[in-house]
Amino acid sequence: MAKVTIDGIEVEVPNGASVLQACEAAGVEIPRFCYHERLSVAGNCRMCLVEVEKAPKPVASCAFPVADGMKVFTDTEMVRRARRGVMEFLLINHPLDCPICDQGGECDLQDQAMAFGGDKSRYKEEKRVVKDKYMGPLVKTIMTRCIQCTRCIRFTTEVAGTAELGATNRGEHMEVGTYVEKALTSELSGNLIDICPVGALTSRPYAFVSRPWELRKADSIDVLDAVGTNIRIDTRSGEVLRVLPRVHEDVNEEWLADRGRFSFDGLKRKRVDRPWVRKDGKLVAVGWAEAFDVIAARLAATKGERIGALAGDLADVESALALKELLAGLGSNNLDCRTDGAAIDASRRDFYSFNTSIAGIEEADALLIIGSNPRTEAPVLNARIRKRAIAGNFPVGVVGPRGLDLTYASEWLGEGGATLRALASGAHPFCETLRKAKNPMLILGRHALTRADGATLLAVAWQIAAFNNMLRPDWHGFNLLHRFGGQHGALDVGFVSGLPMAKMLSGSVDALWVLGADGLDLSSVPANTFVVVQGHHGEAAVARADVVLPGAAYTEKDAAWVNTEGRVQLGYQAVPPPGEAREDWKIIRAMSGVMGKPLGYDTLEALRARLVAAYPVFDQNEELPRVVCTDAVGPAGDIANLRDDALALPPGNYWQQDPISRASETMAECARTYAAPAALAAE
Amino acid sequence: MALSDKDRIFTNLYGMQHWGLEAARKRGNWDGTKDIVLKGRDWIIDEMKASGLRGRGGAGFPTGLKWSFMPKQASDRPHYLVVNSDESEPGTCKDRDILRHDPHTLIEGCLIAGVAMGANAGYIYVRGEYYNEHLVLQAAIDEAYAAGLIGKNACGTGFDFELYVHRGAGAYICGEETALIESLEGKKGMPRLKPPFPAAVGLYGCPSTVNNVETIAVVPTILRRGASWFSGFGRKNNVGTKIFCLQGHVNKPCNVEEEMSIPLRELIDRHAGGVRGGWDNLLAVIPGGSSTPMIPKPICDDVLMDFDALREHRSGLGTAGVIVMDKSTDLIKAIARLSKFYKHESCGQCTPCREGMGWVGRMMDRMVEGRAEVAEIDVLEQVTRQIEGHTICALADGGVWPVQGLIRHFRPMMEERIAAYKARTAGAAPVALAAE
Repeated sequence: MAKVTIDGIEVEVPNGASVLQACEAAGVEIPRFCYHERLSVAGNCRMCLVEVEKAPKPVASCAFPVADGMKVFTDTEMVRRARRGVMEFLLINHPLDCPICDQGGECDLQDQAMAFGGDKSRYKEEKRVVKDKYMGPLVKTIMTRCIQCTRCIRFTTEVAGTAELGATNRGEHMEVGTYVEKALTSELSGNLIDICPVGALTSRPYAFVSRPWELRKADSIDVLDAVGTNIRIDTRSGEVLRVLPRVHEDVNEEWLADRGRFSFDGLKRKRVDRPWVRKDGKLVAVGWAEAFDVIAARLAATKGERIGALAGDLADVESALALKELLAGLGSNNLDCRTDGAAIDASRRDFYSFNTSIAGIEEADALLIIGSNPRTEAPVLNARIRKRAIAGNFPVGVVGPRGLDLTYASEWLGEGGATLRALASGAHPFCETLRKAKNPMLILGRHALTRADGATLLAVAWQIAAFNNMLRPDWHGFNLLHRFGGQHGALDVGFVSGLPMAKMLSGSVDALWVLGADGLDLSSVPANTFVVVQGHHGEAAVARADVVLPGAAYTEKDAAWVNTEGRVQLGYQAVPPPGEAREDWKIIRAMSGVMGKPLGYDTLEALRARLVAAYPVFDQNEELPRVVCTDAVGPAGDIANLRDDALALPPGNYWQQDPISRASETMAECARTYAAPAALAAE
Repeated sequence: MALSDKDRIFTNLYGMQHWGLEAARKRGNWDGTKDIVLKGRDWIIDEMKASGLRGRGGAGFPTGLKWSFMPKQASDRPHYLVVNSDESEPGTCKDRDILRHDPHTLIEGCLIAGVAMGANAGYIYVRGEYYNEHLVLQAAIDEAYAAGLIGKNACGTGFDFELYVHRGAGAYICGEETALIESLEGKKGMPRLKPPFPAAVGLYGCPSTVNNVETIAVVPTILRRGASWFSGFGRKNNVGTKIFCLQGHVNKPCNVEEEMSIPLRELIDRHAGGVRGGWDNLLAVIPGGSSTPMIPKPICDDVLMDFDALREHRSGLGTAGVIVMDKSTDLIKAIARLSKFYKHESCGQCTPCREGMGWVGRMMDRMVEGRAEVAEIDVLEQVTRQIEGHTICALADGGVWPVQGLIRHFRPMMEERIAAYKARTAGAAPVALAAE
């Protein structure tokens, strides 16, 4: 530790810390543009200059290491003059078009110009003009506003791992761009908008939409992948206008994947906004009372064991529990939340969780990826893997399709069963790497378990973990990577019992309630099965529904979500559900009343109390306890039954994976831009 | 008292003899190199410190001290010697003559410097425009390899030393030591943040020392003839001999090796045939390459050419590229041209340099015409102060010093120019200024 005095305030900071960090520790704010705590230090904006005792010139505090006994001054004439000078230089070629700039009101340059700049310009020459660059459908550029801080260059190079941006030319002609103009290929490109301190990189879909002070903000959780990214939903007049990440060090740091950020316009299209009942083969719009009566009449006439329920990818925890208890009241335990058909063993939580935890990736020192492309299934989690990978000594092996670009170096081990068998028996050379590692981990993609021999695959993956030193009383290296925000939570409330989904879809039940699985294909359900679909988008499931109940999307309700690590997080309502739609748990509660078997809660608080009482795992207040493995006995399955087929990745493109993003025009544009048919054919 | 021929280090500076190994040996190069190498690292560094040699690249940092910063204990990381031959300073062409006429002084110096810093490999970064010079240097290195002077078991000493030539692409900024290292690594030539300094983290992340060509080339002779011989020339702290580049409005422009601290007037009169039109026709001199502030004739009359004397007059010895300007010179235009050069060569990394150099350049362009207000001279001066000392490297400092020198010594000339412009355009449209 080093003792440093900042403006007379003494602080102790670790050796190797920068002067800027010491200043922050002392509570002294240092203006900066190029410095970003999650990126490498560039030291080029020169805004953070401070005076250090005995130094002849002002030093860049972001890059200057502290020394014991150092005295730093941040409010001397030298510092003030330096800041004013740098500010003036930044502004002489800046267009000062704040009135038409989307960054206005949340612009670092604006704020710091107010705090440290002069009040008039002495610059009388022509201003520089820079041609805008096309960077794809998400990021809009106005490059004349660029102050060449190079944050975006460092972000793509270091965090996103695509190294697409760079600076061409030098001196005052230096320009940031892709050199050959093209759309950015990173799934994290939206973060460029956040890290750009000025209005050079802004959101294309949000262009000229709103001013920050007009927005209402609600904290929520992104459910369009299973990372559980903490987000802030900005709304105006009951309309979602943008989604931004919040900081959560253990989950998303401060990044957000593009699908979670840009697909919200899908919330306004193809919505189910009122109840529908099928009459004479056609869905007819009805009121709530009539829809409930139709359901009640049919369910009352059906034996309990002939009723089933499915909870899908986007079902929240509370409504899943309510539905489970509604069915219990009706005498049914036919529940399945694995609507993608993944053969998940829900008997123990660590069989289906990302046990190492996302932050725990940084403690691992070897990784085996089985049947997953984390870059597209969980881009933010992939960024964490990349962060670990560039720290060095992190061998990564991949079993699955060849040639995945994960943004970090990996070794392709094989494409399917034969390789897995070799890994489980120790015959594969990569086992040597895993067993030499102190904390090896594996990531199993949830989609891989949708194979016919999925249960066996799960068992084999566990055996690989057990054989390669991943399951220990001080470490848990077995990880299942889910794909959506509702998947882990439904497993946690025990939404797996009785008949499995395949049986329910093929006539073993006479009444089927489908919650939060709008995209599920129900066309194989026999005609005499009565289907209730509760959801928010008019997709495949609605086509086979006998009754459609309009529910709320994740932005429209208070709900608990469990991410792939098993972390329980609360999202808050940002906008009301459209039209007649209601929060999902309320619909189920109301239905139970109509059935004459009311559930024992009238408020969300009471429901949550019931949830915590029944499943103590929800009593964690967003803190995730460390998971270790004390029982290495794995899911049942005989390795001999594992087939040799290649492991497949989830079909479709990254941008359109769920009902919301499929309804989004922004995401459709991305799909057109990035996943052009020609490109697919070439793959 | 001029330097006598027997005390010259660069005895083939003018290329009167062949540059090759055979001729170089006759001139005394590679004589007793083995003994010097075998005296070891500490002896070499101590002798260099005793010689008082200061770096010839412009900053004048003591060479022996710089070498002593290299880690003493060998670790798993190799050490590197890097020779800065990216001589791009306007007004400076001394390294060029060493490369093409006396390359073996440099190669021998590289070997000895390599021993002194524990480096088994050296890189010579040659300015891209020096194409023919690099051919000569490479041929000389090949000769040295063939003769066993460098390479495995160099000079039979058991010390291995590899020497590589790398050509730059013609960027002035790559003469800054850390930008040079970046460029050598294949990246865009942009100066690095310091600390860490190259002696800790340099080329490829390994301990490195970057020295100027002339600094390295004088080492063998110093060690052969002794530190006290070298320190016998010049004044205290400004010792030794130095190649001066004399050009501009002189009768016979030339490069000449002379004693440090020689009076400027004697230097010009003796070696360059005097100022064009006589000494009284002198207007000003840029004494140390384009980035040092000019000094007007009254100072030139008796100033000594060394680091400290020129600093007393708020200029510097720099690389000793002496640019002489007689009374026919439009000083404002000359400095405006230099401003344009530095604007063009700014790497664009730091805000003050990137934005400020363009501003200074444009204001200087107006000053040439006089299309400005007198108060803008103060703005110009303040802008140069805002740039100076606020950047990662010294390019910005060197870029604004000429302007500061002009304002310091010739402000009345600038005011006259503005007044003349006003008189010429009186009654015409007001000064056209870009809309804010």
